[in-house]
Amino acid sequence: MQLTRRQTLLMGAAAGFLATLPLKARATAEDLIADFAGGADIGEGGIDLTAPEIAENGNTVPISVDAPGATAIMVLAMGNPTPAVCTFKFGPLAGSQSASTRIRLAGTQDVIALAKMGDGSVVQTSATVKVTIGGCGG
Amino acid sequence: MAASAIWGAGGLGQWSRLAAQQALTQDDLLGFDTFGNVSLVHITDVHAQLKPIWFREPEINIGVGAASGQPPHVTGKDFLKLYGIEPGSPAQYALTYPDFVALANAYGKMGGMDRVATVVKAIKADRPDALVLDGGDTWQGSYSALKTHGQDMVNVMNALGVDAMTAHWEFTLGIDRVTEIVENELNFPFLGANIFDNEWDEPAYEPYKMFERGGVQVAVIGQAFPYMPIANPGWMFPGLSFGVRQDRMAEVVAEVRDAGADCVVLLSHNGFDVDRKLAANVDGINVILTGHTHDALPEPLLVNKTHLIATGSHGKFISRIDLDVRDGEMKGIKHKLIPIFSDVITPDPDMAALIDAERAPFEADMAEVIGQTDSLLYRRGNFNGTWDDLICDALLKQREADIALSPGFRWGPTLVPGADIRREDIFNATAMSYPNAYRSEMTGEMLHVVLEDVADNLFNPDPYYQQGGDMVRVGGMGYRIDVTRPQGERITDMTLLKTGEKIDASKTYTIAGWASVNEGTEGPPIWDVVETHIRELGTVQLQPNDSVTVTGT
Repeated sequence: MQLTRRQTLLMGAAAGFLATLPLKARATAEDLIADFAGGADIGEGGIDLTAPEIAENGNTVPISVDAPGATAIMVLAMGNPTPAVCTFKFGPLAGSQSASTRIRLAGTQDVIALAKMGDGSVVQTSATVKVTIGGCGG
Repeated sequence: MAASAIWGAGGLGQWSRLAAQQALTQDDLLGFDTFGNVSLVHITDVHAQLKPIWFREPEINIGVGAASGQPPHVTGKDFLKLYGIEPGSPAQYALTYPDFVALANAYGKMGGMDRVATVVKAIKADRPDALVLDGGDTWQGSYSALKTHGQDMVNVMNALGVDAMTAHWEFTLGIDRVTEIVENELNFPFLGANIFDNEWDEPAYEPYKMFERGGVQVAVIGQAFPYMPIANPGWMFPGLSFGVRQDRMAEVVAEVRDAGADCVVLLSHNGFDVDRKLAANVDGINVILTGHTHDALPEPLLVNKTHLIATGSHGKFISRIDLDVRDGEMKGIKHKLIPIFSDVITPDPDMAALIDAERAPFEADMAEVIGQTDSLLYRRGNFNGTWDDLICDALLKQREADIALSPGFRWGPTLVPGADIRREDIFNATAMSYPNAYRSEMTGEMLHVVLEDVADNLFNPDPYYQQGGDMVRVGGMGYRIDVTRPQGERITDMTLLKTGEKIDASKTYTIAGWASVNEGTEGPPIWDVVETHIRELGTVQLQPNDSVTVTGT
């Protein structure tokens, strides 16, 4: 079967959605990070988070995460009333450990992505996304 | 090797206009020892100025973070010293603000696309296959461009022989018009590696064009203004997403290198500081032709083996860049920023005829004299300009508001004291597709949020979070700004000028402004408001504006 890029993206989006786990409401970011890390030290490197520097629309901000070798990636919006955004889980047959989605941001804030690797180690990266009222570039 | 030239001799300050102009010749302005095997000709941010204009460069142009005190954030005497420019010289007039009125009288207007055509033809006589590249902000900014939806500029740039362009204000014509022009009318590609379909996140325009020149492959990558849907009305081009997209740029550079590019040129509308950071972070770009922030620099700035070129705005300059490209590498560069002194460079007759034909249907309307000015009317500068002081006065009076807001656009030519204000001059400062002068209410708290938001777009220490305009201009209210503070803490002491009282966060004020990015904004077009005001005044006489106090510079 010949897959177009659009179809592949659609399938990826659907898979990402199914893998999104409900997280308990109002959990603090610190709790969520501690639960995810499961006691492992949090390192850097091996995870890429792509997000716009300035959101074109704070209600739907495209982000993507990529962490080769990860079994799970968690995304947090640190400035939202509910910081938990989603957690992607990757099985052993996953062709790549990356995902794209769109998230809602209440205002300018850091978005954090954590990845749990196959060996149990955990890495983190973050990006600041500015949500602006705009209107005066010229 | 790197070499560049600043034209002309100096020391002409007190000479008569005739003597000053006799000291400048077209041969001096165009003189260039052809070098290497590839020539680039860069023009950008013309803002639809077909005829010569005055344009005063900024007095205040603050750099923050890594750009603090670095070009292009150097003005006036510091600029003269940095580049070794003689006081009173043509270079001082073209590149800086001191003695602007006296020097404008001596050296006359600058620009004019018919003069630009002469320069392009002269360069092509030296190097017939020179690449002519337009950095965008071309189809907006004048009466005739507004009335023809950019058609006058499209016709002129086709006739000029442009080889590729990128864009910003072009999209404020609306996506349907842009598509019509790009698909049916432009003789050259419209490039934007960072323009994506926002539903599928797929490239929406050609990212680059490969040219064979002088036996080598030159890749020209386009980068449109990254913050289109934020700084301008996104509803006018709803299917598109922009952004700096640094990773995408690195991918495109790798793609063109894989495709055989010996030399990579980025035709950018990022703004200078964004390009400075991009050059530091993305390897493999030989030359960035910068745009958007309207800076003119007499020498390239070298960042991580990338030469940044800044060619100014409004048709006032052209950059010629000759490159020596051999064995898949750039071995040398030679650059000259050519100032278009309109009284010195002979207009190209074919282009002059085309321009006159494009303007003819509107000539009578444009030429109507609305009033006179005793004051220098300019816009460029981080905080205020006299054109915007006049626009804010018009909004306060004609729209009966407490406070007026005028956007921090960097486009709009200058008028010197004693000049007539023609209708064309008002449009040169206001012509765009969302001109409605609104009247609304805002709390003091909301006003503070607006000012903080715009200030962060200008003074965020990370250039990728800047949008490249100047600070919103305010009438009827003063404030203090500390540019070194984070967002939310920069703006203090907001004061309502008519009472001298501090702005109360919970109190509601009547605000008049224009250029709202919100769809359905109501009110008369700003040019009508300004025209009515100038007619009432007869002669414009502005008082010095000291309502903004700036610290932390």
